[in-house]
Amino acid sequence: MNLGTRKLLDHSFTALGFGSIIIMGLALLVVLFPIATKGVGAFVFKGTIEHRKLLLSEFHRGDPKEIVKEETETNRYRQKVFDMLAAFDQELDQMDYEQQSKYRSSYDQVKTSLRTLLGPLPGDSEPALTRFQYGQTRWDKAEEKLHGLLYEQKWDYSNPDVIAKPYDVSRAAGFAGTSLVKLFPYVEENLDKMMMPEWTFYWGFFTESSLDAHFFGGIWPEIQGTIFLAIGAMLFAFPLGVIAAIYFTEYARDGFLTSMLRSANSTLAGVPSIVFGLFGLAFFINTLHVSESKSVLAGSLTLAIMILPTIIRAAEEAILAVPKTYKEASLGLGSTKWNTIVTVILPAALPGILTGGVISLGRAAGETAPIIFTAAVSVGAAIGLGDVLTSPTPALSWNIYNLASEHEAAAEIRHVQYGMVLALVTVVLLLNLSAVILRARISKKLKG
Amino acid sequence: MPMSLEATETKKNDNSSTGALDIYLPPERKKVTGGGQPHVVAKNFSIYYGEFEAVKKVNADILSKYVTAIIGPSGCGKSTFLRAINRMNDLIPNCHTTGALMFDGEDVYGKFTDEVLLRKKIGMVFQKPNPFPKSIFDNIAYGPRLHGVKDRKTLEGIVERSLRKAALWDEVSDRLDKNALGLSGGQQQRLCVARTLAVEPEILLLDEPTSALDPKATAKIEDLIQELRGSYTIMIVTHNMQQASRVSDYTMFFYEGVLVEHAPTAQLFTRPKDQMTEDYITGRFS
Ligand SMILES: Nc1ncnc2c1ncn2[C@@H]1O[C@H](COP(=O)(O)OP(=O)(O)O)[C@@H](O)[C@H]1O
Ligand SMILES: [Mg+2]
Repeated sequence: MNLGTRKLLDHSFTALGFGSIIIMGLALLVVLFPIATKGVGAFVFKGTIEHRKLLLSEFHRGDPKEIVKEETETNRYRQKVFDMLAAFDQELDQMDYEQQSKYRSSYDQVKTSLRTLLGPLPGDSEPALTRFQYGQTRWDKAEEKLHGLLYEQKWDYSNPDVIAKPYDVSRAAGFAGTSLVKLFPYVEENLDKMMMPEWTFYWGFFTESSLDAHFFGGIWPEIQGTIFLAIGAMLFAFPLGVIAAIYFTEYARDGFLTSMLRSANSTLAGVPSIVFGLFGLAFFINTLHVSESKSVLAGSLTLAIMILPTIIRAAEEAILAVPKTYKEASLGLGSTKWNTIVTVILPAALPGILTGGVISLGRAAGETAPIIFTAAVSVGAAIGLGDVLTSPTPALSWNIYNLASEHEAAAEIRHVQYGMVLALVTVVLLLNLSAVILRARISKKLKG
Repeated sequence: MPMSLEATETKKNDNSSTGALDIYLPPERKKVTGGGQPHVVAKNFSIYYGEFEAVKKVNADILSKYVTAIIGPSGCGKSTFLRAINRMNDLIPNCHTTGALMFDGEDVYGKFTDEVLLRKKIGMVFQKPNPFPKSIFDNIAYGPRLHGVKDRKTLEGIVERSLRKAALWDEVSDRLDKNALGLSGGQQQRLCVARTLAVEPEILLLDEPTSALDPKATAKIEDLIQELRGSYTIMIVTHNMQQASRVSDYTMFFYEGVLVEHAPTAQLFTRPKDQMTEDYITGRFS
């Protein structure tokens, strides 16, 4: 190859390298930016009076006097709506059956819309579910619901060749000539006075349990479950992995058994995580009966098996990277092999071993499949440390999936989902960060 | 079997003005008392890496309390021989020995020999300084702690004594808790010597201890060897023949695994018996 082509190749490789790094950076930005912005929306938002009422009565937070004052204030504006409804009820009574039925269904929809906006209307019986006991707690949601009050969604089927398109029809038009017509512009104009939105930092999102299947409240049980599972997995996998790595590097003789064990370890690293999940169910729960059914213990064990190969590999490499001279120096002073491993080799290898630990910790916290059958439940209270042997737990990874796919009102609580994603990313980052800091400290101590 | 030291010292005088090899005349040294017994004895001792015989049927007596230098071209088996004495070669999987190597009358490679105990008595300092990534104090205290010394006062005593013996105390006494890797190369090497001395060995094995150091640090190590001479049996591998002549009482010349000549240093350098030795020290091959 002549110099010209070689240089050209060199340059294009450099460009390629740069390009891929930039693309990776952009991809990261594209992924992380919405996670951050939408995730923050879960706990920083314009909260309405409904939110404050909810906090007061369900979580006993907030100033009761202040809230009563606000309630009277908002009720002044809401009363007009209720009055209009009462007036229209009377009007309806005076209509004949045919006229009545013309308005009935649309009127019911208006009332339902108002209920979702403002909570139960006067004369309603107390709803059983918390989600129906309050109006919109978030202003962004309230504005969305207002649209549903003002417009009825209809579908345009005129072109049979394409999927039908939705279009808005003004509800006010449907009530032309009745007293209810005035209700729509009134609500549109005065909604903020009826809701009193205020910027809220809802820290309870991270410290409180969910209320009514994540409709309200926070995600503490999920965060705690994730931490329990990840740390539990590390408790099993880390010592075991390091011991195995010591065996492989310092004790094992090259032979059939060793090479079998090594390739078993490599294979284990490539097994899909769902297989670990099923294995955990079959082995830890159904065979060993470590717990009656799902439990943090069973989930931790399953995750531990999953991350074990990574930890072994990293630890092996770290141990092999320790300068041979340390070992010689120690042995030369009359140290035993085991003593040399404990006092010289492991301390020197610790940063590298911890790196493997960090990677595994993040993986254990984030994996969903291994805990589906062994540890995770969709909605639950935070469990105590004493219950980890027997109780299952909600966990971020699994609940994100659950909220996205199985929750009956997934569209209503997207913000919770985003919040969970952000929390998961943050938990993993924090776990990693603390491990990285620990690692850096040890490295620094070693380097002097 | 080398000649006795007395013999060299008398002969040195009538040799003091014979041409080119004069630069190798050893300096005047203090008298060694209570040494001179065979400390390490090799009998038909061979060392193999797999099939390859790296050290071939060596017969030698290493005398106690004196300094013995091992010289020879690179790859001739100097390190292999030295490391065999405290069984450092055990770390190499396919390395084995034949013949006998005795230390204090006991077979180093005997079935019941405890190599851990052996290494406590035969300390080693390596080519590249290899302090542990720990504090200076912990480096020196590592060995004593290993062998059961727990009392802080006792340890402090040992650390100070060892550092003084290694002529390092004055330079580091105010920063014993600092990481040893922060020391200069020469200081690190003296620290390694001190670390070895802290377990009170009988023999000190030095494998090219100055080849990674600058001349000043080298001089300090050589001074240190003179200080320790008479208290420890010292064996030093070096490729620097002037160094060998400066610091040693006896010299072993290896060539391709064979111990060609083993004699009092002054004699080996000024009146070598073997042609190969002469060729090597006069620089005809190296
Ligand atoms: N670990 C080893 N495995 C195989 N051969 C080795 C090993 N170490 C050294 N040798 C060989 O043994 C011979 C002596 O080596 P060595 O004792 O290190 O020489 P020197 O220290 O005199 O330079 C050389 O030929 C070298 O290639
Ligand atoms: Mg060598």
